[in-house]
Amino acid sequence: MFLSTLIFMPFVFALIVLFVPSKYIRSVSFGLALGHFFYSLNLLRFFDSSSHAIQLAQKIPWLPSLGITYFVGVDGISFWLVLLSTFLTPIVILASWESIKENVRGFHISLFALTSFMLGSFLAIDGVLFYVFFEASLIPMYFIIGIWGGQRRLYATVKFFIYTMLGSLFMLLAIIYLMKLTQVQFGQMSASILDWYKLEIPFVAGEFINTQTLLMIAFSLAFAIKVPLFPLHTWLPDAHVEAPTSGSVVLAAVMLKMGTYGFLRFVIPLFPGAVDYWSWVFLLLAVVGIIYGALVAMVQPDVKKLVAYSSVSHMGYIVLGLFVFNNYSVTGALYQMLNHGISTGALFLLVGLIYERTHSREISKYGGLASAAPWIGICFLIVTFSSIAVPMTNGFVGEFLILLGSFSTKKPFAVAASTGVVLGAAYMLWMTKKVFFGVESDLVKSEKLHLKEKGEKFDLRWREVAYLTPFLGLIFWMGIFPGHFLSYSTASLQHLTQSKGHYELQVLFASENDSKVVENNYQGK
Amino acid sequence: MSHQLLLSLLLLAPVLGFFINGFNFSSTKAIAVGTLGTLCSFISFICSLGLVLKLGGLPEDQRRLTVEFFNWLQVADLKIGFSFIVDQISAVMILIITGIGTLIHLFSVGYMSHDLRPAKYFAYLNLFLFNMLLLVLSDNLLLMFVGWEGVGLCSYLLIGFWFSDPAKASAGMKAFITNRIGDVGFLIGMFILFFQFGTLNFVEILSRLPAVAELGWTGPITLSCLALFIGATGKSAQIPLYVWLPDAMAGPTPVSALIHAATMVTAGVYMIVRLSGLFVLAPNVMMLIAVVGAATALFAALIGLTQWDIKKVLAYSTVSQLGYMFLAVGVGAFGGAMFHLMTHAFFKALMFLGSGSVIHAMHEEQDIRKMGGLAKKLPMTHATFLVGWLAIIGFPFLSGFFSKDEILWSVYASPNGHPLLWFIGVCGAGCTAFYMTRLMALTFWGKSRVPKEIHPHESPLVMTFPLIILAFFALTIGWVGVPHILASVLPGHIPNVFEHWLEPVVPKLSFIGKSSLLEWALMGISVSVAGLCAWLAFDFYIVHKERPKSFVLKMGKLYQFVSHKFYVDEFYKQRILDPLIEGSTALWAYVDVNFIDRLTYFIADFTVSAGAGLKSIQNGQTQQYALYILLGLVTTITWILVG
Repeated sequence: MFLSTLIFMPFVFALIVLFVPSKYIRSVSFGLALGHFFYSLNLLRFFDSSSHAIQLAQKIPWLPSLGITYFVGVDGISFWLVLLSTFLTPIVILASWESIKENVRGFHISLFALTSFMLGSFLAIDGVLFYVFFEASLIPMYFIIGIWGGQRRLYATVKFFIYTMLGSLFMLLAIIYLMKLTQVQFGQMSASILDWYKLEIPFVAGEFINTQTLLMIAFSLAFAIKVPLFPLHTWLPDAHVEAPTSGSVVLAAVMLKMGTYGFLRFVIPLFPGAVDYWSWVFLLLAVVGIIYGALVAMVQPDVKKLVAYSSVSHMGYIVLGLFVFNNYSVTGALYQMLNHGISTGALFLLVGLIYERTHSREISKYGGLASAAPWIGICFLIVTFSSIAVPMTNGFVGEFLILLGSFSTKKPFAVAASTGVVLGAAYMLWMTKKVFFGVESDLVKSEKLHLKEKGEKFDLRWREVAYLTPFLGLIFWMGIFPGHFLSYSTASLQHLTQSKGHYELQVLFASENDSKVVENNYQGK
Repeated sequence: MSHQLLLSLLLLAPVLGFFINGFNFSSTKAIAVGTLGTLCSFISFICSLGLVLKLGGLPEDQRRLTVEFFNWLQVADLKIGFSFIVDQISAVMILIITGIGTLIHLFSVGYMSHDLRPAKYFAYLNLFLFNMLLLVLSDNLLLMFVGWEGVGLCSYLLIGFWFSDPAKASAGMKAFITNRIGDVGFLIGMFILFFQFGTLNFVEILSRLPAVAELGWTGPITLSCLALFIGATGKSAQIPLYVWLPDAMAGPTPVSALIHAATMVTAGVYMIVRLSGLFVLAPNVMMLIAVVGAATALFAALIGLTQWDIKKVLAYSTVSQLGYMFLAVGVGAFGGAMFHLMTHAFFKALMFLGSGSVIHAMHEEQDIRKMGGLAKKLPMTHATFLVGWLAIIGFPFLSGFFSKDEILWSVYASPNGHPLLWFIGVCGAGCTAFYMTRLMALTFWGKSRVPKEIHPHESPLVMTFPLIILAFFALTIGWVGVPHILASVLPGHIPNVFEHWLEPVVPKLSFIGKSSLLEWALMGISVSVAGLCAWLAFDFYIVHKERPKSFVLKMGKLYQFVSHKFYVDEFYKQRILDPLIEGSTALWAYVDVNFIDRLTYFIADFTVSAGAGLKSIQNGQTQQYALYILLGLVTTITWILVG
């Protein structure tokens, strides 16, 4: 029940928000979201990090004739992504305290719905359930960008929605096919991912048209768009630029991870033959993405676009790590998913709070911000260091492990990817220099004066300190004591990388009752 | 105190200083924050002394203290601890870092007394000290890399300390990015070693070397050494990555003394000495190191001849002196490299602080054409600078003489050396004597060219005291490494303490078959070349002042070429940076906007028009629908029957 409570609590919150007097919406939402986050920390207690099994599972028949169940559970792969999602909700509520002025109620309802769906997609062990959550999460995000976004928000939302939707359609076909296949091979239809792992999916090396390859392509398309993998990334800069701060943060920090998570949960273990044969395509696109994203980020005139392209580059590292597929690289990739969530999330928050003060995203209009607002400067600099993977920050651990792992088996790719280390520093430090260093620009001067007249603070305000501090803390905590975090995922990742081609997962149910249901379900085999 | 406690205190003191001053960063009480910073550094120095004494108390073959704090990163076979090692090599380094570091902190109290953000300055300086200690004390390559990038970060922050000036901010950025290029090399070298030896621990790597060497397959070793050397060229400002160091002079002058002369820039040399057992197995790379070192030594010295900014002259001099260290390393004289590293740290820190004192007195004026005759106004600065000058040009029995002579002799006599390299080295030494004498003459001697509105005055004691201490060491430190032939004629048979100290940990060079007569002769040549060049410079800038002008006219284009630093910066900008920016802009415009998005729109349009086309099928005529049903049915049945 714990996981289900976790997933559906935000839904209940959304209902509550519906009836809260409008004066209190923000504070009530924040309280609820914070409570939800603390509740989710119970995972740390309940989760057995020494086991690679699906834990705290719950399974309820949903459409028995089709073998579709409500089946949720957590393992070392989804563990931190769940906590990342619950961690971000209270933060983005704080961050949009002043910037969201219209339809505050609707905004918080969308945000809670989004949290639910994201949690659902990380926790679903049933393929169809996953698909439902995966797709449903688009809807609140569609509203968040489309209603509370910038000037070209409609263009951005439509592009975002159609792009991602298109990819998922193929995935739906593949899911149906896999369900049919379970019927053929096991005599009973099942949508459980765990049953799919046991399937013998025909694969012919060297041929393009064969079941495993086609299925892999169908799934990969959905996830590659979500990640986004080069060249399917063009929706991302537009979506980020138009999205409100909260939307950008959730999009970058969590929603993109649904793509890489999908690769790790579905594509890689389900289609080992095809992945093995075609991995060079993914590696190539990943490395091209790393370099291409960094190069294009370097010439962006818009802060948010720069950060968006940097995401393309960073996500390339993650995909590289996943498809190199050894213990180091996959561990690094999983860690980098969290790191990217933290550092890019924080970057968008900082860009957002600067925008609130100056109403401009144009890099050339800035200058001398560090003199005008030293605390903002310090925070931005620290987050920059995390983003460019300076040792002792979280980013380094992930990037190092990915490159180390890649180097062991895919040297050319690793060497090519390591140019990103230089390019990443180049675009981030260039932007920092332009925005924060030098003399105060006219824009900064006038807005500083303007706020002073209004009696408001130009440097960090307490509310902002409150939501940035956790990020800064995590940057160093994750950088200096990676073991505290990695230990929860080690067992799962080790199991995954070692049992290539015959990956299976046991299930540990949360209660006795649930396990009986399963016994019955499995009788067909 | 146990060595664990000493080491913890050694590392923690600067961290503490960083946090206290860092959280208090807007404080303007220069004396208070400066005292705190200096005190933290001094505590570290006392701890270093304690550790080195402890180390010296151990029997020669067991001189190694290790401390493991906690496990940092563990994935599969990779196990990296926050663990440290104090041995003969790191002992020398921690004494230099904390000793000179403390003096520079002290100097900064005076130098930064009028600055707006002294707390931030001292916080960064303490953070640098911590990272530098991490770098030299780490017992494995990855933790060393943490310090390696950490010092780069502090260097970035301190070069751009006065970031309101865009040029200074750019200089910091340039330093960081150039260093990053080298860091990629370091990373790749580390990867190769890890997969070759299964560990990144120094002691373990070196202990597994014989087994690998026996296999005869040295490919990976050569590659890893090459990659690590690329890392060293970044941090230690060698060709082709030296370009950031002259620009780094944008930082406060004490920073140039500490980071860009005495400590950080020597990290590359230190790293290679640390892995000397590995590098000797890669003779090709060693040769490359020697050639790059010699080339850098001469190249930078040539540029130094033409610079007018007091700090730029010293910066190119540093690049050049680092070249000598690499030259030494390349021919296998690891001890000689470490020796020069140490003497250079003293005399160059001395001269940088001296230049700081001059700049302070001149109200931030750095152009030596506007100085002259400062010896009278700044007697103490002049006296100490004089010692530094004599040390660097290799005046007999000062520190630089001993170390430079040892390097040049090794370059000539070592089996890996070559007379040509020696010749380049001597040419470099000649240039060094010339540009340093030129600097002395233009700054301190002759007639004053100081603008009327500036009234130079000697710096306070807090600044001159460190100068005196450094001058004392620049004068005397060379006596710890007296060469054997000199010791044999000097009274009292002074032992070569330094060589003896390092002997157990670095490979030794053999000079079998080289006569001592030759050594005397070479020593004589290098000293007289330096003397001659110094005299020439004196003649140029004091006696016959009209000569430089006519000389420059005579040299014409060649002089322009050298004084524009061989147009290397321009070359990098035109051939690498500009195309990169243009290319990226083109990528964005053509690939993203014009190709991918166009394709997307095309697909979208296609969908819309296809929908419009298909609309005609749904025309409401029942007969036609029946036809479709029939067609569908036939197809399905055929598919089932055949399939």
